[in-house]
Amino acid sequence: MQFIKPDVNINFIGRKKIAFAISAAMIIISIASLVLHGGPRYGIDFAGGTLVQIKFQQPVNVDDIQSGLETIGLGKSSVQQFGDQQDNEFLIRTDSSVITTEGFSAELKKALAAKTGAEVELRRIEMVGPQVGKDLREKALFAMFYALLFITIYISGRFELKWILSAVMAVALIGAVYVFNLFDVSIPFLIGAALIVSLVLFWFLELKYAMGAIVALIHDVTITVGLFSIFGKEFTLPIIAALLTIIGYSLNDTIIVFDRIRENLRRYHKKPLEVILNRSINETLSRTILTSLTTIFVVATLFVLGGGIVHDFAFALLVGIIVGTYSSIFIASPILLAWQTRQRKK
Amino acid sequence: MVLAVLVAAVIYLLPSLKPDLWPHKQINLGLDLQGGMHLALEVETDKAVESTVERIAQEIREQLKKKHIRQVSVDRIKGTSISVKINQENKIAAVKKLLDDEFKDLRLLSESPADGAETIILDLPDKNREHIKKMAVDQALETIRNRIDQFGVSEPDIRRQGKNRILIQLPGIRDTERAKDLIGKTALLEFKMVDDTHSVQSALKGNIPLGREILYKLDENAQTHRTTRTPFLLKKRTLLTGAYLTDARVQIDSRFNEPYVSINFDKKGARIFERITAENVNKRLAIVLDNNVYSAPVIQEKIAGGQARITGNFSTEEARDLAIILRAGALPAPVKILEERTVGPSLGADSIRKGLISMLIGGIMVVLFMLAYYRISGLIADVALALNIVLIGAGLAAFQATLTLPGIAGIILTIGMAVDANVIIFERIREEIAVGRTPRAAVTAGFDRATLTILDANVTTLIAAVVLFQFGTGPVKGFAVTLGLGVIASMFTALILSRQIFNYLLQKRTVKSLSI
Repeated sequence: MQFIKPDVNINFIGRKKIAFAISAAMIIISIASLVLHGGPRYGIDFAGGTLVQIKFQQPVNVDDIQSGLETIGLGKSSVQQFGDQQDNEFLIRTDSSVITTEGFSAELKKALAAKTGAEVELRRIEMVGPQVGKDLREKALFAMFYALLFITIYISGRFELKWILSAVMAVALIGAVYVFNLFDVSIPFLIGAALIVSLVLFWFLELKYAMGAIVALIHDVTITVGLFSIFGKEFTLPIIAALLTIIGYSLNDTIIVFDRIRENLRRYHKKPLEVILNRSINETLSRTILTSLTTIFVVATLFVLGGGIVHDFAFALLVGIIVGTYSSIFIASPILLAWQTRQRKK
Repeated sequence: MVLAVLVAAVIYLLPSLKPDLWPHKQINLGLDLQGGMHLALEVETDKAVESTVERIAQEIREQLKKKHIRQVSVDRIKGTSISVKINQENKIAAVKKLLDDEFKDLRLLSESPADGAETIILDLPDKNREHIKKMAVDQALETIRNRIDQFGVSEPDIRRQGKNRILIQLPGIRDTERAKDLIGKTALLEFKMVDDTHSVQSALKGNIPLGREILYKLDENAQTHRTTRTPFLLKKRTLLTGAYLTDARVQIDSRFNEPYVSINFDKKGARIFERITAENVNKRLAIVLDNNVYSAPVIQEKIAGGQARITGNFSTEEARDLAIILRAGALPAPVKILEERTVGPSLGADSIRKGLISMLIGGIMVVLFMLAYYRISGLIADVALALNIVLIGAGLAAFQATLTLPGIAGIILTIGMAVDANVIIFERIREEIAVGRTPRAAVTAGFDRATLTILDANVTTLIAAVVLFQFGTGPVKGFAVTLGLGVIASMFTALILSRQIFNYLLQKRTVKSLSI
């Protein structure tokens, strides 16, 4: 069986303007949604607060749960159906870190049973204090940033033999971030600035492959985060894990294409870059689609069957894999052309 | 080599599938899969410094008393400083000499003379503070470990995190409320005299006499669950603390059939207790735990032998827990719960079931797809995939890593991505065949060329996994482990195992065509 014939030749590079326009639009929508919602919607891992997952023996009314919560002073918490309808499971969320008080779970059980008339089981309780939430938020940002930097060193080293240059740059950036961090600068702002500085440095140091890969990654992560914001889904620790996996996966895709470009550059060094890029993308197209397909198979099963806790995690992966596959074809490779146009203008 | 790896993998994996078959350890399940409680505590080390300073202030007072220097007030101010106010000019030199001789560890902050009086402010040097803080966390860790050991939890994980945090994982625990009480109680046991010469009522209105305090006794009615608070006016000075305890046990009162906790003091404690009781016959002695009065019996006579009992309407469980925390000792400083995650056992079982179902269905889809797309070669890839999962499981068991729900998700994701290496190789072989090479040459060329590509592509995922591992806590770490193991396993199966199978198939006879 073969989906993609060996002699396929789609002009991907020629359509780069359309692709860039689509991507730019999606990124703008993502950022707009983030701005409108006042940043990502943090789950209790990052915002602090309490989450209780409860299961009733028989169907109950959300309003009854709410009024039960009111009797113990938790009127402000949100109650949400969780998982399938027939499971009778609900999530209760509050901003405050209440459950450290003695006898909370007994009190909660009693209050809920009294109002709903159904027996209730507390299946999961999570409480995160505000300080821990802030710590985790910062750690997550740092993790994303460091992952990106290490990956750039690797790409610049492997593809352009610029090990030292990229390593020095990365170390300088990490050092700068570390020093600024001592001065109590807002972390999101700091990481954002560091990312922009990295991009500018890539541009002037002509770390082309690293630039292509990083732009594609930022593109993927931004769009995934944007979609999360549009659907009102929550950011939790596993979602950060999903984002980092998307980074790894999308890069995997990008590198396969880059690897072919490197090989073809050696083989047909007289042909124009556009032709080589197109040829490389087409040659690897079959693999790109196959791997994405098998990965989407499993992530989709996870999304449908994995249960409530991994639902959002699988959603993030699903979006990331689709966007990541798209970006390695339409974003990462055309960026290699950017320097060429610049040189031509000179 | 392939065989050796496989045999090793099976050996490591066996115990998890059939526990009795092999004495090796099983795969650890995370708290989110087997149920249990995760707690992050912060030791309030500043409080430990405060209580040390309070103790030093007390010592200064006692030394002054011993040397018959009066008209001096010693107070703890601004948390951790001591102010010594001398109201008589002729005593200034003597006080200073005492401070220089006996308390030279203290740092002198200021001396301010004011017509005949003088105020000296002292505090602890930074080095000592840091030491006290460090000791407080060490001791808290030790105490909590003792308490949990005595409570009886299988395989608890208690460790220090950062400077003053303690992480506790209690797998499989059911009664989380009780465990939390047991861990979080400071359990500072103090004996103080009740002041019966002043009126409690007027003290409640705000006229608390000097050196006195009001503490409450809490009683819960067993039927109505209403608590009543009875105020007690106590002398602030602590006569004896739980530090001198050697043992605490639950006993049943034969008359009222009520449990109480009997405590034993060591020699020094027994001597102090004997002295207190001798000096205060017919007065009331309050037993105070964490600033709550438990009981305040009247001392009938001098008590020698160092035995006392704490009563107070306990249930047997409460009495047992109280005995445990008294035996394990007090926390040097209060702890605050920063983070708590509790998963019930039924939810964990649900998660495992759903995870396995997803894994199975996702796996079957991938296997069928590969078979349909690549025929016999697809079968090779499927064999590699199956071994891949075995290897991940074995890796988890071998490194004693913990399998969490995101970890299962990681394995499922790996199933999808694992065939990638094979796809890259097969696509290469197809290209080579299309160019017109013989199957054998095509396979060799395909593998050779694909190797570098696969390495490059996987190293980046590995980088992401390593960063995740560094950053992650609990479940996320579990995901990083399975992702990393998956990447390594898939490189091994694709580059070494698949190749061996191809070589075996091709060397037998001169193959004309390749099913790919």
